[in-house]
Amino acid sequence: MRLEPIANPSALRLYGLPALALAATVVVASLLALIAGADPFATLGLIVDGAAGSRFAALETLNRATPLIFTGLAVAVAFRARLWNIGAEAQLYAGAIVTVLIGMQGLGAPWLQLPVMALAAIAAGALVLLGPVVLKTRFGVDEVVTTLLLNFVMLLFVGYLVEGPLKDPAGMGWPKSVPLEKELRLPRIIEGLRLHWGFALALIAAVAVWVVQTRTVLGYQIRAVGQNAGAARFAGIRVNRVLVQTALISGGLAALAGFSEVAGLKGHLSSDLSPGFGYTGIIVAMLALLNPLGVVLTALFVAGIFVGADSMSRAAGVPTYIADILLAVSLLFMVLAIRLTRFRVVWK
Amino acid sequence: MTPRNEVLRLDRITKRFGALTANDAISLSLGEGEVVALLGENGAGKTTLMNILFGEYVAEEGTITAFGHPLPPGNPRAALGAGVGMVHQHFTLADHLSVMENILLGTRPLWSLTLGMAAARARIGDLVRDFGLAVDPDQRVGQLSVGERQRVEILKALYRDARILILDEPTAVLTPQEAEALFATLRKMVARGLSVIFISHKLHEVMAIAGRCVVLRHGKVVGEVETSATTPGALAAMMVGGAVTGPTIAPGIAGKALFRLNRVSTKGGEGAPGLKLADLTLSAGQITGIAGVSGNGQAALSDLISGLALPLEGSVEIDGEAAPPRWTPVEALSRGIGRIPEDRHKVGTIADFTLTENAVLETHGAAPVSRKGWMDWREAEARTRAIIAKYDVRCPGPEARIRLLSGGNMQKLILGRVLEAAPRVLLANQPVRGLDIGAVTYVHGQILAARDRGAAVLLISEDLDEVMQLSDVIHVMSHGRLSPPIPRGTATVAELGLWMAGEGFTRAA
Repeated sequence: MRLEPIANPSALRLYGLPALALAATVVVASLLALIAGADPFATLGLIVDGAAGSRFAALETLNRATPLIFTGLAVAVAFRARLWNIGAEAQLYAGAIVTVLIGMQGLGAPWLQLPVMALAAIAAGALVLLGPVVLKTRFGVDEVVTTLLLNFVMLLFVGYLVEGPLKDPAGMGWPKSVPLEKELRLPRIIEGLRLHWGFALALIAAVAVWVVQTRTVLGYQIRAVGQNAGAARFAGIRVNRVLVQTALISGGLAALAGFSEVAGLKGHLSSDLSPGFGYTGIIVAMLALLNPLGVVLTALFVAGIFVGADSMSRAAGVPTYIADILLAVSLLFMVLAIRLTRFRVVWK
Repeated sequence: MTPRNEVLRLDRITKRFGALTANDAISLSLGEGEVVALLGENGAGKTTLMNILFGEYVAEEGTITAFGHPLPPGNPRAALGAGVGMVHQHFTLADHLSVMENILLGTRPLWSLTLGMAAARARIGDLVRDFGLAVDPDQRVGQLSVGERQRVEILKALYRDARILILDEPTAVLTPQEAEALFATLRKMVARGLSVIFISHKLHEVMAIAGRCVVLRHGKVVGEVETSATTPGALAAMMVGGAVTGPTIAPGIAGKALFRLNRVSTKGGEGAPGLKLADLTLSAGQITGIAGVSGNGQAALSDLISGLALPLEGSVEIDGEAAPPRWTPVEALSRGIGRIPEDRHKVGTIADFTLTENAVLETHGAAPVSRKGWMDWREAEARTRAIIAKYDVRCPGPEARIRLLSGGNMQKLILGRVLEAAPRVLLANQPVRGLDIGAVTYVHGQILAARDRGAAVLLISEDLDEVMQLSDVIHVMSHGRLSPPIPRGTATVAELGLWMAGEGFTRAA
């Protein structure tokens, strides 16, 4: 068996195979439900229902998708330049910490303070990624290792903050920070619906990243560096500078996930602010083929599976771990399907 | 023509890539102990045809018969089993493994407990002796020269009992001496009844080694002749579809010095020396040729002029002004230095970028291709279309990925990109390596035209004929040192050869 490249894949191939990958994911999910002793159709129905079956469910999915869009974009931007940022989790927490810190200072009007919080969060996330990138460009240190390990450093630092200096005295001993004032929360998009402006900000970010990638000199340079750094350097593109710029954008985007979770949803900082949004962002970005607009769709898909599986688990008694398996399986199938849109398998 | 004792027959092979018909009903047959040359321009369909034969592509139509049995399509293993071996233009060896390990790779079952090294070693020893393929089986492939690597590829095929050997542009990477050794090996092989398909566009090689010659043009067989019954001129005419007229080269008229190196030394790298106290002057309206065996500092010279390397000592002057201390590709470009890099696949272009994206690689940072950080893709595409039209780049369109283009068309796009910037200094590093006659003529014509417009051209080439044909002034490069300049027509091949061999730069005169 081997792969033969296809010069011009047909539309059926381009769209049919990813659809097939989704179908295969559904089959695997059904088998898992069967093993867990539940009716597969009912289980899947419950997942879909739990993700989008009611206004509450749909809004919950959108809320869950918000940080995933940010981290997905962060990863997509970095991976485009072949900058392997595995540290969106750390950058997210950096953004969350700074959001809370600025939120605790009285800077006057909320319309002033909220943007300052967001910008400071972006700066913090950018700085967290800047370190590994400077190490990479100056000394050739592998950024996969440094960004990954910084995740744990940052998580421990958050643990220290919420147990120590930022601990909420009124928190009944729970390790969480003092909550933000009511007026420092991101308002809801529509009064009465549980969906905050963070989601809108995420959509704007996705479009902005798309515009940067396709329309600007920087986006062109990022793609050139990612595709062939040697040719980019020869043509006069300052590769290291582009990598640093990419890092600033990527880290800033991931930090916005932290800002949006704190200011939009939770209101305080805690060590369980992110159930791995930084890592899930990698899945989101890969499923979207690093396309920033695709990231929105895949983030919704991934969020839907998480939210739906939670709700299904309560009703059908199938463990929520099915969500993790579904994501992993869907990623594997999708990667395979996407490979096969460009290559045809030739048997023997 | 059907040879006696036919061992291989390709019958009406047709292969399409989208709208392009790469192979159009090509038939070919090969006899025992015969060398057939497959001749054609880049993009004529030679490599595609051989990839089909070797099972790497599947043809839409047509059949292949080897030793009387049909060959299943799309199966390299079956091709290997039937005794067809292929030596690719770009080698497929594992650098960190030894020669032995490379040869054995894939020949032993995965679950075999022993490698049978002793028997294999004896067998390889026999092959090395029988065919004159001198190479040390225990050396790491990464340490071998290009010529030795090619021998390992041939050994790999012979070890697998190949009776038919396909060589894709085998001499493109070899020195003349290595090419001679290869021909000696091929003669020994055919004497033992092996058959060879020799893909090339170097006519004198084809005349020297092949008994029969099949000429492809635009995916079709346009001629098939015995080499004893033809001339290089006739073959060239068949390839390009007309009599080839080389550019009539009048000497250039030297203007003022536009680029100067004064006792410049640079760092070496990757096994090649840096520059050592090099003196060089490039004058307007002249082609300065650098002759020499590759790996003698040409890369260092090219990197320095391109802006990729800094001088360790000495001074660089551009049009009478000292080069800035932060010497970069951007500085080089802004001072009117155009660069045609040696490796068009890895350095000159970005394979997965479109023609448009590749065409603006060097100009995208400023108006009119971009303004205030925003790309003007419409402008970029218009410029690309202009380059495609003016430089005759054959391609599906500006939106096609450049990886789909043949080497010649890729080079034409690079040429267009460089020349449209109207460079005052033009660096052409191996500008025609691997190109067919038509493209070579074209590229040379464009370089001469640039010279006649007043550009100072630096031509770096391993092909001494090319250097002697085009250059107004020649330097020889050896061990990182540049010889004194030799004016056009005053150097003999023997003299240059001695200098190239590193015998010092003293002239007999």
